[in-house]
Amino acid sequence: MERIIIDGLSFSLPLFIMAIGGIYSEKSGITNLALEGLQGVGAFTGALAAVLVAGSFSDQSQAPFYLAVIFAVIGGTVYSLLHALLCIRFKANQVISGVVINILAMALTAFLTKYLNRSVFGAASDKFVLGVSARITVPVLSGIPVLGAVFKDLYPFEMIIVLVAVAAWYVMYKTRYGMNLRACGDNPHAVDAAGVDVGKVRLVAVMVSGGLSGLAGICFAYSISANFSSSIYVGYGYLAIAALIFGNWTILPTLGSCLLFGFARSGGYYLVQKLKMPSSYSDLVMTLPYVVTLLLLVFFSKYNRSPRALGEIYDKGKR
Amino acid sequence: MKGSSLIFKRGMVRLLGNEQRQPVTIPLFAIALSLLAGAAVILFLGKNPLTAYQNLLQGSGLLPKPSYAGYKSMLTDFTSFMNAWTPMLFASLSVAVALRAGLFNIGVSGQMLTAGFVTTLVVGYGTLAAPVAKPLVLVVGMTAGAAVGGLIGWLKHQFNINEVVSSIMLNYIAQYVISFFINTYYVNPVSRQSNAVSKAARLTLMDTPVGNLKMDIPLGIVLAVLAAVLVKFLLDRTVFGYEIKCVGTSQNAARYAGINVGRNVVLAMVFSGALAGLAGVTYYLGYFGSIQPRVLPSTGFDAIAVSLLANSNPLGIIFSSFLITIISKGSTYMSSSSGLESEIASVITGMILLFSACGVFIRYKVKGFKDELKEQEERRDG
Repeated sequence: MERIIIDGLSFSLPLFIMAIGGIYSEKSGITNLALEGLQGVGAFTGALAAVLVAGSFSDQSQAPFYLAVIFAVIGGTVYSLLHALLCIRFKANQVISGVVINILAMALTAFLTKYLNRSVFGAASDKFVLGVSARITVPVLSGIPVLGAVFKDLYPFEMIIVLVAVAAWYVMYKTRYGMNLRACGDNPHAVDAAGVDVGKVRLVAVMVSGGLSGLAGICFAYSISANFSSSIYVGYGYLAIAALIFGNWTILPTLGSCLLFGFARSGGYYLVQKLKMPSSYSDLVMTLPYVVTLLLLVFFSKYNRSPRALGEIYDKGKR
Repeated sequence: MKGSSLIFKRGMVRLLGNEQRQPVTIPLFAIALSLLAGAAVILFLGKNPLTAYQNLLQGSGLLPKPSYAGYKSMLTDFTSFMNAWTPMLFASLSVAVALRAGLFNIGVSGQMLTAGFVTTLVVGYGTLAAPVAKPLVLVVGMTAGAAVGGLIGWLKHQFNINEVVSSIMLNYIAQYVISFFINTYYVNPVSRQSNAVSKAARLTLMDTPVGNLKMDIPLGIVLAVLAAVLVKFLLDRTVFGYEIKCVGTSQNAARYAGINVGRNVVLAMVFSGALAGLAGVTYYLGYFGSIQPRVLPSTGFDAIAVSLLANSNPLGIIFSSFLITIISKGSTYMSSSSGLESEIASVITGMILLFSACGVFIRYKVKGFKDELKEQEERRDG
């Protein structure tokens, strides 16, 4: 039971922060299927930074990890500018742009990883090895029965994510910028009439989604895979999109759906171990979050209300 | 500065200004831009881009290589290139049909895998004779692909589930479930792939001696080119084609005109899935003879590039799929002969995609230049 909560949380929280990024972008009216690519590029830049500095710190040092997080956020943000450029300035189809950006991200990071490994580190490898980040247990709180597991064996990034998520919630619902952003997704003309630059609001929103996805990407790289390779592209970005659709484009319900995915996944793994099934059964468990997503979407998509101007190119002259 | 920008604008208008030729000129422009960008990258890596591009063509059997192994020649390279081209052509047609209905079928890879797996079980492991087995492979593959495609369409119509999300979910479900079955029941312990299908069911005649050569003859390519023509006819000359185009352009307008939107969404996905199924069987029972567990074919994603590049015009797709296959198929030879990472090929494909996604913007810009120049001329005349 404890294991399910611990593993579930360490999967749900990165997913959640990525979904928040998606909410920012989509609430501002920009469909963002690029989350998958953004988290991959973020993980790539972060992992590269960590591998480059790894030699100058001791093995136990956590400094490379924090550096990796910072660079992952920067990498994701910079790469997201491409999506912003295509969708806002070049008026491209936003769904197509998102998919294009994902495909390019996969190709670029796979190529660069191999190339840099050969030319900089002199090794023929298609991955950057990172290891798993250290874990922390909060002393008193972890003593609580059952719920104490929430505070046990925490990855440091889980706390970073919680802090960032609270800040993101505050900005979205309690500030003027957040209000403008939400209005951009529903009625951009009203925002324009109020004297706010729609393009600029959307640009910032897409950049936020890039930064948060980058953060999520490096968290996955430091926990699930313990390295950076093309195995980072297993559709977590799309899972985050499903989570935010299921959460009706609002932050708190989205947390609920992310937790559900996480616990479905860790619960499934636990079951395979407990029943001593052969390891090939873990393939079936891997499908659980996807199956749950589909089923939930079947039941809840009808009641969803997406932002009204979502996916539409902003045209000043349109009535 | 002013003069040079004027020359640039004039050049762009002369190059791309003809609206009737734009469906051809703008994709060509996008390809040229991405090949140039690719050349810059290769140059930066310290290699000669011309040799690299020449290697791509040599690897695809379009230019002679300096030397060949026994029983091999440029012709055998070209037939094996066609072998790789066949699934790409089918997959791109699949994307194009869905795009016409305003749907983005990113699940082609999953549909290919499902069709390939089902057909392998039903026909590939059977003992039927070739004249029965080969047509049956096509029929079963189409049906399996159409079923998955139809499911996506139905989910969209019935439950309002975004087709991109549902098809991605189905991609992963297919990938893991099929990997589970292969690893549990059908795995070949040596190759770590599924057991090879019977020779009778194989859609490509492998290592067939012709004269003093041994070549792989892909039977599917004839069918694929025919399919492109057929899809073109279906989309442009039939009621079905007209209706899905209406639905794709504006659902509300289509509904107002009395077109059954839901039925067309499902039908378009069934049709798209059937084509993806054909791509799957020509891939898994033609190009390869087995299935690698836990891997989705990249063909389904490259097909999006191909289709975008051709403005989802079926006849244009014949050419654009030819080009993209040269890049992906030739990359192996390029990497072995000039020492570049073969991944550079997918980077170039990615860039082609990127520039073709900007097609609307290029068209818009060129029109702006044209109007500006016209205005200047009128001012001078007046």
